[in-house]
Amino acid sequence: MSDLNGRKVILHDMCLRDGMHAKREQISVEQMVKVATVLDDAGMPYIQVTHGAGLGGNSLQHGFALASNEEYIEAVASRMKQAVVSVLLLPGLGTMKELKSAYHSGARSVHVATHCTEADTSPQHIACARELGMDTTGFLMMSHLSDARSLAQEAKKMESYGANTVYITDSAGFMLPEDVTQRVTALRDVLKPETEIGFHGHHNMGLGISNSIAAIAAGASRIDGSVAGLGAGAGNTPLEVFIAVCERMGIETGVDLFKTMDIADEIIFPMMDHIVRVDKDSLTLGYAGVYSTFLLHAKRAAERFGVPARDILVELGRKKMIGGQEDMIQDTAMTMAKERGLLKQNF
Amino acid sequence: MKKIRCALIGSGNIGTDLIYKIQRSEFLEPVWMVGIDPESEGLTRAAAMGLKTTHEGIDGLLPHVLEDEIQIAFDATSAYVHAENSRKLNALGVMMIDLTPAAIGPLCVPPVNLKQHAEKVEMNVNMISCAGQATIPIVSAVSQVQGVEYAEIIASLSSKSIGPGTRANLDEFTYTTSNAIEVVGGAKKGKALAIINPAEPPMIMRNTIYCLTEGEPDEAKITASVLAMIKEVQKYVPGYKLVNGPSFEGNKVAVFMEVEGLGDYLPKYAGNLDIMTAAATRTAEMFAEEILAGKIQLNPVEVAS
Repeated sequence: MSDLNGRKVILHDMCLRDGMHAKREQISVEQMVKVATVLDDAGMPYIQVTHGAGLGGNSLQHGFALASNEEYIEAVASRMKQAVVSVLLLPGLGTMKELKSAYHSGARSVHVATHCTEADTSPQHIACARELGMDTTGFLMMSHLSDARSLAQEAKKMESYGANTVYITDSAGFMLPEDVTQRVTALRDVLKPETEIGFHGHHNMGLGISNSIAAIAAGASRIDGSVAGLGAGAGNTPLEVFIAVCERMGIETGVDLFKTMDIADEIIFPMMDHIVRVDKDSLTLGYAGVYSTFLLHAKRAAERFGVPARDILVELGRKKMIGGQEDMIQDTAMTMAKERGLLKQNF
Repeated sequence: MKKIRCALIGSGNIGTDLIYKIQRSEFLEPVWMVGIDPESEGLTRAAAMGLKTTHEGIDGLLPHVLEDEIQIAFDATSAYVHAENSRKLNALGVMMIDLTPAAIGPLCVPPVNLKQHAEKVEMNVNMISCAGQATIPIVSAVSQVQGVEYAEIIASLSSKSIGPGTRANLDEFTYTTSNAIEVVGGAKKGKALAIINPAEPPMIMRNTIYCLTEGEPDEAKITASVLAMIKEVQKYVPGYKLVNGPSFEGNKVAVFMEVEGLGDYLPKYAGNLDIMTAAATRTAEMFAEEILAGKIQLNPVEVAS
């Protein structure tokens, strides 16, 4: 048994929210209910649902899902025996109106997400979530772009607005275990002891598991992942693997390992439109530090304008584009196509 | 030539940039700057530029309005205090240009609907938001050609150009801009998204406009209309530029714009600041020209008890 023997960790499944990215937002209400029900039965404590971009996500920018967010939340929440249903809210995209509506549909936990340097765009939303009595997480996206000290200052702001948990979010799957250790340690140093720290990984460099373990070792107590890794880029930390590793190390998750394995193989894997894995494009995300959700958009732009997806992703990384700037993928592809003589201005 | 005397309320990024825009105007003269923090950089700069200043908020200005013949005021404070500021100044016959997302008066995008507001002698007009000023002209250019079922805009702003007021009011920004895409842009339904990007060096303001047309888009007519509209906006924001598009895919029209500022108060990347202050100045000038020509007269608005 390891040093972490006896540590308790709260798992948060993302396949019905981050996984929507990998499914181009096309998971039906029935599929969501089916997956959530078996996850609930396996003891998963938190299950995030809705559009991949969260509340307010239905848009030309982020795609339109098969149902409204409220429909997904209501359908899932009404069937949960123990699991808490959570949602994602990015200020600038989602609003407090949508948060209240999600709450009324049955959501009781929320990740309020900002880019890692812009925590001060979230005070209204975090306060509103707390007022509703929700489990409230401040979610610092693209955390690799910020050094540990600056990130801790942003985390402190979110705590001051009322967040009871702050997440380090490796949206690009770029971080190495030592990067995670430094950042979690820096947060643990400045946050109140009762404020929890979470880690949300992406598996683009194959480090989802080891990064999550590094986070726990440095003081994190909440881990996001998704069964079978269904999520953006090369997916989230695959939870069935993570649970197995936790069991070997004596870390308590309270989630049934064998049931989770079965869900991964029998339900989630057959749902995948493409096999969510580390391939040359998702690896490029991790290697270049690009937002994981950009992957499928870049592939689509590559097809339309004849510029390879990898070239587009590297250019987006160079231009320091962040989550939410999906429109800049087509724009960048068009500019590159013009430079390469593949596209003419149409006037 | 005689100029219309103006007061600027709010000494943040927008208020301070306005000083430069108004000083350059043929029809307007900046006279007062109102703040709440005596140490603020905006008030210090305003004083150095020859304006009278007060750090006692709107009430510090009121006793001077009549003797200093203030006729137009620009409010760059926040949505929460705007209504009260407007009521107090309107009661003294001062016309309000609202740069907060409060939007209690009619919404104004100069190349789309400024003329009709000036004709009606509105005492309070709202400038929506920087994203609204940068994108609604394009939505309107498309909707003038054919019906727009849905329009969505994405504004990418550099972190350094976004002050605390906008950060704390992101929801109001979203609501006001979405509504204006419908009311002024002419789309049946509108949605606005804002992204704040901290990249160094700071990125220039970018705006993407998507329109879903009713039926197949008339590519030639829409392209011509968009290009003509860009020329109109360039008259007051020279750095308003088409980067890509109009691009057509099914009934979706996509236009990718960039706004470079004049670099007055903040550097050129902060085109979001310029498009807002330039549009507000353009709006005030239209009223000022009419007042100076004796075509309209501003009267005190009676306060309902």
